Amino acid sequence: MIEAIGLTKQYGSKRAVDDLSFTVQPGLVTGFLGPNGSGKSTTMRLILGLDAPTAGTVTVAGRRYRDFPAPLHEVGALLEARSLHPGRTAYRHLLALAQTHGIPRSRVDELVDLVGLHDVANKRAGKFSLGMGQRLGIAVALLGDPQTLLLDEPVNGLDPEGIHWIRTLLRGLAAEGRTVFISSHLMSEMALTADHLIVIGRGHLVADMSVTDFLATASGQLVRVRAPRATELAALLSDPAVHVTSDGTGSLEVSGLSSDQIGEIAAANGIALHELTPLRASLEEAFMDFTREDVEYKPQVHA
Amino acid sequence: MSSVDRPGVTQLRVARSEWTKLCSLRSTRWSLLAAALLTIGFPLIFASVVEAHWGRMSPSEQANRQPLDIALVGVNISQLAIGVLGVLLITAEYSTGMIRATLSAVPKRLPVLWAKIAVYAAVTFGLALLSVLVAFFGSQAILNSKHILQIGLGDPDVIRSVLGAAAFLVLIGIFAMALGAIVRNTAGGIATFALILFVIPPLLNVLPPTWNQAISTYLPDSAGRAMFALSHGANELSPAGGLAVFAGTTACLVGIAALLLVRRDS
Ligand SMILES: Nc1ncnc2c1ncn2[C@@H]1O[C@H](COP(=O)(O)OP(=O)(O)OP(=O)(O)O)[C@@H](O)[C@H]1O
Ligand SMILES: [Mg+2]
Repeated sequence: MIEAIGLTKQYGSKRAVDDLSFTVQPGLVTGFLGPNGSGKSTTMRLILGLDAPTAGTVTVAGRRYRDFPAPLHEVGALLEARSLHPGRTAYRHLLALAQTHGIPRSRVDELVDLVGLHDVANKRAGKFSLGMGQRLGIAVALLGDPQTLLLDEPVNGLDPEGIHWIRTLLRGLAAEGRTVFISSHLMSEMALTADHLIVIGRGHLVADMSVTDFLATASGQLVRVRAPRATELAALLSDPAVHVTSDGTGSLEVSGLSSDQIGEIAAANGIALHELTPLRASLEEAFMDFTREDVEYKPQVHA
Repeated sequence: MSSVDRPGVTQLRVARSEWTKLCSLRSTRWSLLAAALLTIGFPLIFASVVEAHWGRMSPSEQANRQPLDIALVGVNISQLAIGVLGVLLITAEYSTGMIRATLSAVPKRLPVLWAKIAVYAAVTFGLALLSVLVAFFGSQAILNSKHILQIGLGDPDVIRSVLGAAAFLVLIGIFAMALGAIVRNTAGGIATFALILFVIPPLLNVLPPTWNQAISTYLPDSAGRAMFALSHGANELSPAGGLAVFAGTTACLVGIAALLLVRRDS
C-alpha cells in the first residue's frame, strides 16, 4: 500500500505536485494518469525519497522509503529517465544493484532470462534499444521480488509483444496481492491494464476511482438523436444544463440528458425518433475531458 | 539465519557493489592503467636522460639530481589521472542517471559515499604503491648502469617518501571524489580540481612573498608534496604535517559532500 498525504513539491517557482493525497491498494493494478508535466514522475521520485517533498508525506506499507533496511525487497521501481551507466553491461548493472542487498547471482541470472535479455546480458547497456533498456529497468524493479512495484511509463518503447508481456506480468503480480502502481498518459493502455485510476492534472488530484466508474462518469452522457423534427426537439430539450449540437440534417448530439429522458420527452410531445444512441466517449476523450482544465501545455491556436 | 544471510543493505554489501561498478567500466580500467604508466614511465625516461647525459653534466648539475626525485617524478603527472577519475566516478553517476538506481537501492545514501571512497582509496593505494616501487627500482636499475645516484629502500626517509607518494595519490583521489560529489558535474568538477591543484598555486606568486608563503604552504599541492619530498625547507611542512593538513582538508571536503548528499534532491 502506498499512501500520500498532502504531498507537495515545489521546484523554484514551479509547483510540480500540489497537496496530493491518495492511497494505492494492494492486489490491484493502479494506473497513475495525467497529461505531460502533471507531476507523475515527480510523485514517483518523492515516493522513492530521491527528491524530498516540500510538504506532506508519502509512505509505502506505512514506512518512509528511506527507513526500509532492505528497500529493494519492499519496492521495485522503474523510473522514467534511464537510470544506468551506458558503459556497463546489463549483467554487471543488475549484479551491482543486487550486491547492495546480498541478492545472489542466481537471482540475477533468473531475471535476465525472465525479461528476455539473455542474449544481450553481456552487452553494454548504452547500446540497448529503448525497449531493451525498458526490459532491463523492469529486471531491476523485480530484483528483490518486492511487494510493491512502482513503474513510470513501463510500456514506453516496448513493441506490441512487449506491451502484452508487461501487461500480463503486472496483472499477475497484482493477482498475487502486490501493490502495482504504474504511470501513463495513455488512457487506452490503462483501461486494459489497470483496475483503479488516480488521475492528476497540474500536480493535484483530479480523480481517484475504479476504471469502470471512470469510464461511466467520464463518457458523460452524450446521446445521438435522429428525428425528422429535430429542430423542434432541440427546442424542447433546451435547458441551461443541456447542451445540444445539431448538424442541420436532422441529427442531434445531446449532452446533459440520458437517452431515457430524451425518449420520454420525445414521446410526450409526439415526436418520432429514428435513432436514439448513447455515445460512449472514447477513452482518450474521457481522459481529456477530465483533465481539460489542468493541461499544462496546451497547443497554441493562432487565428 | 545468520546475519550474513539476512537480506538488507549493509556497508560491506554496498562496498562490494561499488567494487563491481568500478571494475565493470572500460573507461575506469583505462584511466587506472594510464595513471600507473605515467607513474612508472616518467621516472624511467628521466633516469635514462640523466644516465645518458651524466658525463656532460657539471658537478653542480650532478649534485642537483636527487635519485628519489627521479623515482617519484611520475606522481606529479599521474595525480591528474587519479584526480580526474575520482571526479568522474561520482559525477558519472549523476550525468548518466545511475545515481537514481544507486540511491533507490541505498536510500540512506551515506553508505554509498563511504563505499565509493573506500573502494577507490584501496585501488589507488595498491596501484600507486606498486607503480611507485616499480618506478623506484626501474629508475635505480637504469642509473646503476653508470653506478650513479644509487639509494636503497632502507636508506633514511626513502621508504617514508615512497609510502608518502602512494598516500598522496590516495588523498588526491578522495579529494577529487569529494569535489565531484559537491559539484555533481563532470566538467565543473574537473575544472575545480585543476584550479585548486594546478592554477591557484602559481597564481599565488603575485601575492607578497610572506602572504604567498602563509597560504600556499597549506594548499593541497604543497602540503601533499611535503608528504613525499625527501628534504624539507624551513618554510615547508614536515611529512607528517603535510599529511595532517592535506588529510584534514580532504576530510572537511568529504564532510561537506556527505552533508550535501543527504540534503539534496537527486
Ligand atoms: N528537478 C526539477 N526541477 C525543476 N522542475 C522540475 C523538476 N522535475 C520536474 N519539474 C517540473 O515539474 C513538472 C512536473 O514534471 P513531471 O516530470 O513530474 O511530469 P510528468 O507527469 O511525469 O510528465 P510526463 O508525462 O511528460 O512524463 C513539470 O513542469 C516539470 O518541468
Ligand atoms: Mg513523467
